[in-house]
Amino acid sequence: MKQNSKLEFLHNEYIQSLKRESRWVRFYQLIIFVVFFAGWEIFSRNQWIDPLIFSAPSKIWNLLIDKIADGSLFLDLGYTVSETVLGFILGTLLGTILAAILWWSPFLSKVLDPYLVVLNSMPKVALGPILIVALGPSMTSIVAMGAIISVIITTIVVYTSFREVDPNYLKVLQTFGATRFQSFREAILPACFPTIISTLKVNVGLSWVGVIVGEFLVSKRGLGYMIIYGFQVFNFTLVLLSLLVIAVFATIMYQLVELLEKKLIKNSSQ
Amino acid sequence: MGFLKIDEIHHTYFTKTSATTALSNISLEVEEGEFVSFLGPSGCGKTTLLSIIAGLLKPTEGKVTLEDQLLEKLDNQIGYMLQQDYLFPWKTIEENIQLGLKLNNQLTTEKMSYTYKLLEQMGLSGVEKQYPSQLSGGMRQRVALVRTLATEPKLLMLDEPFSALDYQTKLRLEDLVSDTLKSFGKTAILVTHDIGEAIAMSDRIFLFSPRPGQIYKIIHVPDELRALPPFQARNHELYSEIFQTIWKEVESVETEQ
Repeated sequence: MKQNSKLEFLHNEYIQSLKRESRWVRFYQLIIFVVFFAGWEIFSRNQWIDPLIFSAPSKIWNLLIDKIADGSLFLDLGYTVSETVLGFILGTLLGTILAAILWWSPFLSKVLDPYLVVLNSMPKVALGPILIVALGPSMTSIVAMGAIISVIITTIVVYTSFREVDPNYLKVLQTFGATRFQSFREAILPACFPTIISTLKVNVGLSWVGVIVGEFLVSKRGLGYMIIYGFQVFNFTLVLLSLLVIAVFATIMYQLVELLEKKLIKNSSQ
Repeated sequence: MGFLKIDEIHHTYFTKTSATTALSNISLEVEEGEFVSFLGPSGCGKTTLLSIIAGLLKPTEGKVTLEDQLLEKLDNQIGYMLQQDYLFPWKTIEENIQLGLKLNNQLTTEKMSYTYKLLEQMGLSGVEKQYPSQLSGGMRQRVALVRTLATEPKLLMLDEPFSALDYQTKLRLEDLVSDTLKSFGKTAILVTHDIGEAIAMSDRIFLFSPRPGQIYKIIHVPDELRALPPFQARNHELYSEIFQTIWKEVESVETEQ
């Protein structure tokens, strides 16, 4: 009994120390945040940095309020977010389908190997101007940018994981007379599910790059357009506002995919 | 008149730099309901021969017939059990054991209840909704046996199915497998490098010699041992006698190399 109460006491102490630590971590995170923005504001007001270029948090805040009030921020944000979501879903989907085709035909995969290497090493944003001319200066070409930037790397990563599935699982299926399609559906695809989800995470980041560059080039609307417009009229408050909004929403999207990953992986590895 | 006939099988593996003959001039017959073992050191082509019989590999020469039918025309009449269970971790036990039926579009309620009955026979009732990772190694191998038996194959091939298990589990499973196969009257081929296992479980033992794989000797297990379950057979006086004979044969195979 005495032993028990002592154990309980020690356990409580341990939990307390964990809580203390995480409180300190949060505290310092908050300090960095406050110091950064307060310092920015003070430096800007005292003209220690050029307020024309670096603006100030208070100016950015006021602009944010204005843009929320007239609704123009939500319009631009809506375009950019939907383009990014479409882009990375398309990129992951197309990449996985391509990987499946390569797995299906080992001959084709041998033939296409050098082309994949070339396409992968080429900076995809360089295709931007061609895409815009071909697809028109519209949402389509921006989504295409978001997708094209992630499709090849997805193909390579997913195809590699398809090939690394234990061949004995295929042997089991073959002894039951499974067709190649059945083998793919029953063994290859579910075994590689975790890999596909983790490429989703990488592709979220890549698609933001593709979409923002696409909006730079099309210059019509969206957060990328806000940046390029702000740059052209030398309104850096606008540029910094869009940057901050992008940072917030890219983080949210990444966290959502991570949440999805946790949920799906837990189910499949039970 | 054999149930399974293997006729002059040769098999050679080719690589860029070499051609390795894995099997040379293999001919044998297995009767219906018989339990035979392929015994031999590694590299004697036992698993290659199993793959050929299972139709997973096309032999360079020769043919295999089951009930006078060429292998290519056989559909799901041969069950194959591997060294490890290879249960699909993302499928429940239920989905795992019904996999063969599902792949062949035979998943009727009748067949489904047959799989549950098999599971119960293996002492595994109540695990249907669980995942393989929740079961022990011995239980998983039993589930794998149910999966193999679910499609009701005429011929069962066991490729060292007990080698990954601990000794006690292995002994217990030997009895269970032997009993199950006898009660269904299944024909079975066991590949093993364990002399004791071969004697305890089979009716006949084919001793293989390596490089290239050939049948070195055929040993008939005496009726007294055949009538006993594997565990009791291991305790019979004839067991150690025949163990010694085979041991000497195995030694002479190795010195010949």
